[in-house]
Amino acid sequence: MSFEPKIVGFLCNWCSYTGADLAGTSRIDYAPNVRIIRVMCCARIDPTFVLKALRDGADGVLICGCHPGDCHYSEGNYKMMRRYPLLKKLLADFGIQEARVRLEWVSASEGQRFADLVNDMTQRVRELGPSPVRMAQATDMAER
Amino acid sequence: MAENKLQIALYWGAACGGCDVAVLDTNEFILDIAAVADIRMWPIATDGKYSDVEAMEDGELDLTIFNGGVRNSENEQIARLLRKKSKMLVAFGACAYMGGIPGLANLTSRDKILDTVYVHNPSIENGGHIVPQPQSRLDGKVLDLPRFYRRVYRLDHVVDVDYYLPGCPPQPGQVKAVILAIVKGELPAKGSVVGASEVALCEDCPRTKGEKKIKRFYRPWEIMADPETCLLEQGILCCGVATRSGCGVRCPNSGIPCRGCYGPLPGVIDQGAKLASAVASIIDSKDPAEIETILEGLPDFTGFAYRYGVASSLLQRSYRQ
Repeated sequence: MSFEPKIVGFLCNWCSYTGADLAGTSRIDYAPNVRIIRVMCCARIDPTFVLKALRDGADGVLICGCHPGDCHYSEGNYKMMRRYPLLKKLLADFGIQEARVRLEWVSASEGQRFADLVNDMTQRVRELGPSPVRMAQATDMAER
Repeated sequence: MAENKLQIALYWGAACGGCDVAVLDTNEFILDIAAVADIRMWPIATDGKYSDVEAMEDGELDLTIFNGGVRNSENEQIARLLRKKSKMLVAFGACAYMGGIPGLANLTSRDKILDTVYVHNPSIENGGHIVPQPQSRLDGKVLDLPRFYRRVYRLDHVVDVDYYLPGCPPQPGQVKAVILAIVKGELPAKGSVVGASEVALCEDCPRTKGEKKIKRFYRPWEIMADPETCLLEQGILCCGVATRSGCGVRCPNSGIPCRGCYGPLPGVIDQGAKLASAVASIIDSKDPAEIETILEGLPDFTGFAYRYGVASSLLQRSYRQ
């Protein structure tokens, strides 16, 4: 059986979630691998959420917010823009492959873009295979 | 052994010895401890063999103060033994609580550690590829060594822990207060962090705080820091925002940024992630390229943010193949 990645998607309520909704109402066919969690703003996405998703078995994490300048709360997405490169450094130090976590700006009108993005990310994570985190933590305890 | 005296043991796992010194740093109070307690085992200060502990009844010890993380099979074996023999087990210090400094080794691998220490080391002439083995045979004799684990664990990964006393090391005043609370039986619910506060270090830090906007990060030696202003506002990475208070703000009061040794705040599961969230948010730029440049001022953010907490973090170790 081929590997189907589980991807957790954190989407901001105002742009990206609406964009995903548009993909749905436009009946665009795209990969069903992303489990979407709606947050009010991508600034709400604490790096803890991303690490916890990986720890609990996610193979990838997709973060989407409004395009810079378009934030419903004016500045929220800039917070995510700043956290993301630091989070990437941190994940690299823990040996998590880069393609597993991704930040993209998706507006409410970009239904097709959201679908393409999900297809692309799903394919990349599929190529990487399952995330090692959950399994390795379990085997560590057993091998001790 | 007098009647009604508290029966206690102090032990160290993967530790530097600083926690034992912190106990001794309670100065003459240590004599009061000796007056109310029989110290049945304390490798750094008194005699006492593993076989003496093995000979005890289960639960014969009232209290074990365990410092250090679990790096090898000996650490785990003695942790289990002392747990069985003790009514109460306290994880003492950052290593027992969170894995501590030895836990940073979880960002590399067991093979690389053994290679660096025993083989490819400028001051070592190994003469082969000799690294410690759990069992060696020579002239018909067998030598057993503790197994060196793949990674470091914190104490409660291997045994049930009653209380956690954070710090690297715990401040002597807090050590004294906790020991007195134990003697008097005035303790909070099992599993609590004791000898520390419930708020962030910044709450207790006397430095002036304003709006935080960072254009450039500085290593402490790169800047003459203002002694009155928040270190983070001056661009010096400080763990205070993501660290539990209770230490007496000793580092920032000495002009040194907080290193996070008292661990995460109540309810926080990953101290480093919280620090990343807080520090990145206050970078004063809306341009991705400039943000990258500013972040270059933090050459080892992960090592800083998880100085004591890799083994205790959500990811716990490196997954590099």
